[in-house]
Amino acid sequence: MKTMTIARAINEGLRATLASDPKSFIMGEDIGALGGVYRVTEGLAAEFGGHRVMDTPLAESGIIGTAIGMALRGHRPICEIQFDGFVFPGFNQITTQLAKIHTRSDGQLSAPVVIRIPYGGGIGSIEHHSESPEALFAHTAGLRIITPSNANDAYWMIQQAVACKDPVIVFEPKRRYWLKGEVDTENSPGDPFKAHVLREGTDATIVAYGPLVPVALAAANAAAEDGHSVEVIDLRSISPIDFDTVEASVNKTGRLVVAHEAPIFGGIGGEIASRMSERCFYSLEAPAIRVGGFHMPYPVARVEEHYLPDIDRMLEALDRAFAY
Amino acid sequence: MNTSGHGTSGVGASRPDAGTSAGVLRANVVGETDMVQLLDAHGKRHEEATFGPYIDALDAQTVRGFYRDMATVRRFDTEATALQRQGELALWVPVVGQEAAQIGSGSAMRSADYAFPTYREHGVALTRGLDLADLLKLFRGISNGGWDPREKNFHLYTLVLAAQTLHAVGYAMGIQRDLIAEPATEPAAVMAYFGDGASSEGDVHESMVFAASYNAPVVFFCQNNNWAISVPFEVQSKIPLVNRAGGYGIPGIRVDGNDVLAVYAVTKWALDYARDGHGPVLIEASTYRVGAHTTADDPTKYRPNAEEEAWKAKDPLERMERYLRAEGLADDAFFEQVKNDDDELAAHVRSATLALGGADIRQKFATVYAEAHPLVAEELAWFENYQASFADAETPQGGAA
Ligand SMILES: Cc1ncc(C[n+]2csc(CCOP(=O)(O)OP(=O)(O)O)c2C)c(N)n1
Repeated sequence: MKTMTIARAINEGLRATLASDPKSFIMGEDIGALGGVYRVTEGLAAEFGGHRVMDTPLAESGIIGTAIGMALRGHRPICEIQFDGFVFPGFNQITTQLAKIHTRSDGQLSAPVVIRIPYGGGIGSIEHHSESPEALFAHTAGLRIITPSNANDAYWMIQQAVACKDPVIVFEPKRRYWLKGEVDTENSPGDPFKAHVLREGTDATIVAYGPLVPVALAAANAAAEDGHSVEVIDLRSISPIDFDTVEASVNKTGRLVVAHEAPIFGGIGGEIASRMSERCFYSLEAPAIRVGGFHMPYPVARVEEHYLPDIDRMLEALDRAFAY
Repeated sequence: MNTSGHGTSGVGASRPDAGTSAGVLRANVVGETDMVQLLDAHGKRHEEATFGPYIDALDAQTVRGFYRDMATVRRFDTEATALQRQGELALWVPVVGQEAAQIGSGSAMRSADYAFPTYREHGVALTRGLDLADLLKLFRGISNGGWDPREKNFHLYTLVLAAQTLHAVGYAMGIQRDLIAEPATEPAAVMAYFGDGASSEGDVHESMVFAASYNAPVVFFCQNNNWAISVPFEVQSKIPLVNRAGGYGIPGIRVDGNDVLAVYAVTKWALDYARDGHGPVLIEASTYRVGAHTTADDPTKYRPNAEEEAWKAKDPLERMERYLRAEGLADDAFFEQVKNDDDELAAHVRSATLALGGADIRQKFATVYAEAHPLVAEELAWFENYQASFADAETPQGGAA
């Protein structure tokens, strides 16, 4: 066991991948000498050379599109998109090309491209640096989407993403890059597409992922002081979603709160709520309640504290669930 | 060797004032003298120092083969159009007029080279050795692909304009990596096909930036057929596209796209250049889409008849036939044989198409992901149950039709 930040854990995971898979390489903007704007790739160019850690021209469609071509030739590109709000010039290549290659070729080709995207707010930044566009990608069949919430997952998930035969987007919770945790570099946490129950409870379930997992745990602790036993699930995978783990929990607790930073409308929370209303209708004591962002572009930093779901917003949602 | 002089026109003198109509610009800038041409519209061979030798080196059979392939793809096109008219295909994308650009460029490739087509490269597919009937699976709605791209190094058609130009560059960058990792790798280059309309898409720009930055072994082959559906070339560019190459610091060659000999020669030159490690090349083949954009299109709505007639006079097959006959490279028997063979191919394409079974949506469930996916599995299970419920209803007692 080693203690490290999430950023460091991803760095170590990338290092392990580059060392073990000679076909793998990282491409993106400012990832070489600088080590990325969040220093996630720090030291890797010095260690593996510019050939394996490649500063690209400033062109997101170019990054994704050429990565597809390289994957078709048998290489394993790991693309870094500098910020969530800048993935959109590459959106076309991701959704119309990358996601569809396997099915368009009737299963003959695959393009196992990994795309790392730092996402989410809470860092006091300016516009386009704080968005949570995961639902836009989750809606596209052919992509897999995972998001670590702790250092151990961060270390393993990036390696598992590269090993996967399908394209994988890894959304990295940027405001948690400096969150420290224990990393077991010997034993993997298993299937990256499975949810983890982080805290057992009997009265309600909170499902969260990425940056909101620590918030959900804190809310569950606070609820315990009021005598409520709240189970917390770290979803880990946004596509596919491990509905079975959520279902088992909701059947046990009877109440469900789903939380994410992205706007509630059209978001992942609605998908989970709807599925659980189908699967657990007779177990539910209350309607599934969603906690998330408002239907507005991510607001200016001076007001983001009102936008981001915090402990109080989660407790308010739990209160509403308990009121039924 | 400096090729930037080849085929670039003196645009400075002919650039019109702002507000000049597209038609005037058209007439002023594009001229037959502004491009590499070895075989003129009358089928007369011209000498050219750089590219001529590529043709001189060919044997008669290869030169005849260019004609044969152009005739084959034209006959194939007629058959596919007929199949579409008879309701056997949802859509067809005709290639008539562009045979020389495709047969010439495709024939210049080696088998280890890799082509990324758009959706009209039926002639290139022929040169790669595909069964042309496979191309129709896409248009019949059987598959979104239709062949294994790795078998003949011919990628699937791409309908999102210009997206494939980036894949081509990435693939070329992959070849570079393979050569470094494994020096025994066979050197290869990549052909990136796109149209004049597609040249306006950002992906073409990004692909040229990447290709130039990394010296990737890729040949950008733009078939400027003068129209993007109903929009004339002048809306895409005020100057011949080849001039853009200079902005990326790569060689550009403008070629008569209806001259199969010239297209073959310049493409061969460019592929050698790329394969030898000198980096990318842009070729602009000046040609014309004689028919409709697709079978859903009506060119009479936007295109003057006189223009079509003028281009028909530059037909790539007719000029090649004149050349072959004049040089004594082919006789009546040859042309008769080509016609018979092509009728046979057309019959094969027709019967193969009609024999194509229906598609099974289960196969689509099976290929969304390369690895097992619970949501797909769940939805497939639901679908099977749902289907089974109809089977139950169709039992004799149920009485449902
Ligand atoms: C991104 C995108 N936008 C629009 C279209 C619809 N579309 C299909 S073909 C075409 C014209 C393309 O013209 P060009 O690139 O010159 O190629 P051509 O078909 O003439 O060979 C258009 C607009 C498309 N396929 N992709």
